Amino acid sequence: MNKDIVISLQHLSKSYDGKQVLDDINLDIREGEFVTLLGPSGCGKTTTLRLIAGFLAPDGGKILLDGKDISGVPPYRRPFNTVFQRYALFPHLDVYDNIAFGLKLQKVPTDEIDKRVRRILKMVSMTDYESRDVESLSGGQQQRVAIARALVNRPRVLLLDEPLAALDLKMRKDMQIELKEMHAQLGITFIYVTHDQEEALTLSDTIVVMNEGRILQAGDPVSIYNEPQNAFVADFIGESNILNGRMIEDRRVEFLGHEFDCVDEGFGENVPVDVVIRPEDVYIMHKLEGSQFSGTVKSCTFKGVHYEMFVDTDKGYELMIQDYNAFEVGSTVGLLIRPNDIQVMRKERVRNSFDAEIVDAGHISLFGSEIECAAAAAFAPGDKVRAMVDFDKVELVDHQEDGQFAGEVHFLLYKGDHYHLTVLTEDGDHVWVDTDDVWDKGDLVGVNFASENIKLEAVK
Amino acid sequence: MTVKRSSWALPYLIFLILFVALPLVMIAVYAFRNPQTGAFTLENFAKFFSTPHDLNTFLYSIQVAFINTLLCLLIAYPAAWILSKSSFNRSKITVMLFILPMWINMLIRTLATVALFDFLKMPLGEGALYFGMVYNFLPFMIYPIYNSLEKLDNSYVEAAQDLGATPWKVFWKVTVPLSLPGVWSGVLMVFMPTISTFAIAELLTLNKVKLFGTTIQENINNGFWNYGSALALIMLLIIGLTTLISDEDSARDSEKGGLI
Repeated sequence: MNKDIVISLQHLSKSYDGKQVLDDINLDIREGEFVTLLGPSGCGKTTTLRLIAGFLAPDGGKILLDGKDISGVPPYRRPFNTVFQRYALFPHLDVYDNIAFGLKLQKVPTDEIDKRVRRILKMVSMTDYESRDVESLSGGQQQRVAIARALVNRPRVLLLDEPLAALDLKMRKDMQIELKEMHAQLGITFIYVTHDQEEALTLSDTIVVMNEGRILQAGDPVSIYNEPQNAFVADFIGESNILNGRMIEDRRVEFLGHEFDCVDEGFGENVPVDVVIRPEDVYIMHKLEGSQFSGTVKSCTFKGVHYEMFVDTDKGYELMIQDYNAFEVGSTVGLLIRPNDIQVMRKERVRNSFDAEIVDAGHISLFGSEIECAAAAAFAPGDKVRAMVDFDKVELVDHQEDGQFAGEVHFLLYKGDHYHLTVLTEDGDHVWVDTDDVWDKGDLVGVNFASENIKLEAVK
Repeated sequence: MTVKRSSWALPYLIFLILFVALPLVMIAVYAFRNPQTGAFTLENFAKFFSTPHDLNTFLYSIQVAFINTLLCLLIAYPAAWILSKSSFNRSKITVMLFILPMWINMLIRTLATVALFDFLKMPLGEGALYFGMVYNFLPFMIYPIYNSLEKLDNSYVEAAQDLGATPWKVFWKVTVPLSLPGVWSGVLMVFMPTISTFAIAELLTLNKVKLFGTTIQENINNGFWNYGSALALIMLLIIGLTTLISDEDSARDSEKGGLI
């Protein structure tokens, strides 16, 4: 057992009202580390933090502090302190008494409390605010008091729940720097929850990317950015072009209709993969010699430091490219991608695959309803089967009632020439769809599987 | 012809002048006049302070009001606290049950209490008086406290736990202070009417216990308008004083609890 590890989450799970919000979370947090739990809202990051703080009890799994299980220890006996999203400063106490609250409970001598409160106020640049009413403070000042109130107790671990979410951009940037300085100065372990990927990249030693109650990837910011392990992480962290590709052999991959050299090995031959190209990693030039493929500039927008361009490639894909130079809209450009800049990821799935049951020669039961399926004739009623539907064979319709199943567009990914959607059905099943049509996140849709497009496979 | 919006308030203004302001002025005028000559005088007040019987009734009334308020608070706070826990009170039906007696006329409730004591062969008297008062005024204490507890943001409780407070400490250091505006509202709504109550005392003690309200009523009924007015004015003064004290305390948090 590693002595460095302060907190270890082991197989944590939690559900609310039958809905699984955390599923088998495993994470080791080292002493003095700045760990960020990053993900979209509802991904389980705040739940994880609340489990560590002790406000929630896990349904399964363990939370170890220095190797000892603290799952049953109430929050007031855990050596952690929290900075709450809405600060939760006590409105009936002034700044001084808010900060001294924890120390008074610990029966620290008055002069020592006084010394520590003043020192921490100085650290968060709030000296002379001792007797101010907390409600008379600005958002940024309240934030500082909230941080001071937590840090003054010298916790083993500081938990921060989206502490900067309510501040404006400029203030947020300033506080990020200050938080990082405090972390370096105090050496306390920080566990930070945010949905802001830039904040996570700026602050963290380790980023833990979460989605739908699972940890997708954990690692330092550079590796998370450069080597995302799946399309969700690539899309969530920074800007990226995510494309369908095919691994031809080791160190050789095909995408955008061309073959490229790459550095990845061990995928096998002719295996479908996802390819991530960061927009700043595409080299764009006026001349075509020396380029790997060509394209036409469709739009060019100044973004401060760089220009952001959308380029239609010669094989009909769209690429986002960032460069310090502007290229004229309509001009033909040469494009080049270096082997090192190609990030190849195994596809999580290549088609939809569901558990289903044969009803009769023409129907199967899927997600609890009966739908037509020509292939059912080959099986006997009652047989359990895997029903498979290609991504591009799923039909989406505008009105939920026109579909065999009602769903909601949950996540979308642009793949250069089409969209890859994740649709969440009413019963919580996932259906993945490739489509040329434009849908938005949150759109309510009907999902149809045409009888002839459902392939069946016996389950042994 | 267009009617200005401010003129809509006219009927209310007339009502207020006729039934609130005018009676108050009349009480003040009567209180400072000699019953025979009608001249300005302080003798009505002097009479109060030199009549031990009335003075004692007054002090006793304040004591009863004080004890009643305390009893109501002691019973109402835990009740309101339990009610505000969502697990116990999902449908708010339990709150309704506590508030329900407020919809029934006070006299009917008091007469029912008398009947209940008779039925149980329990003697009427001071004990019955307190029972009746608490029974009558409890909802007025529960509701504002429940209101302020229900609105209390759970993140304050969590923040206190997080800073090392045991559930007991959380209650005393966070829950109670943050529910004080509700407590003050409840105290006002119980204390003020109790001072002037007389029906409950008359019915539940068979006139054995006399409260200040009764003293005022007797004087007015027997034609001592000037003396009765002076007594009423003294009582108003006391009520005004309690309102002032509590106002100072809860002015800052007025938007969080306040009167119902």
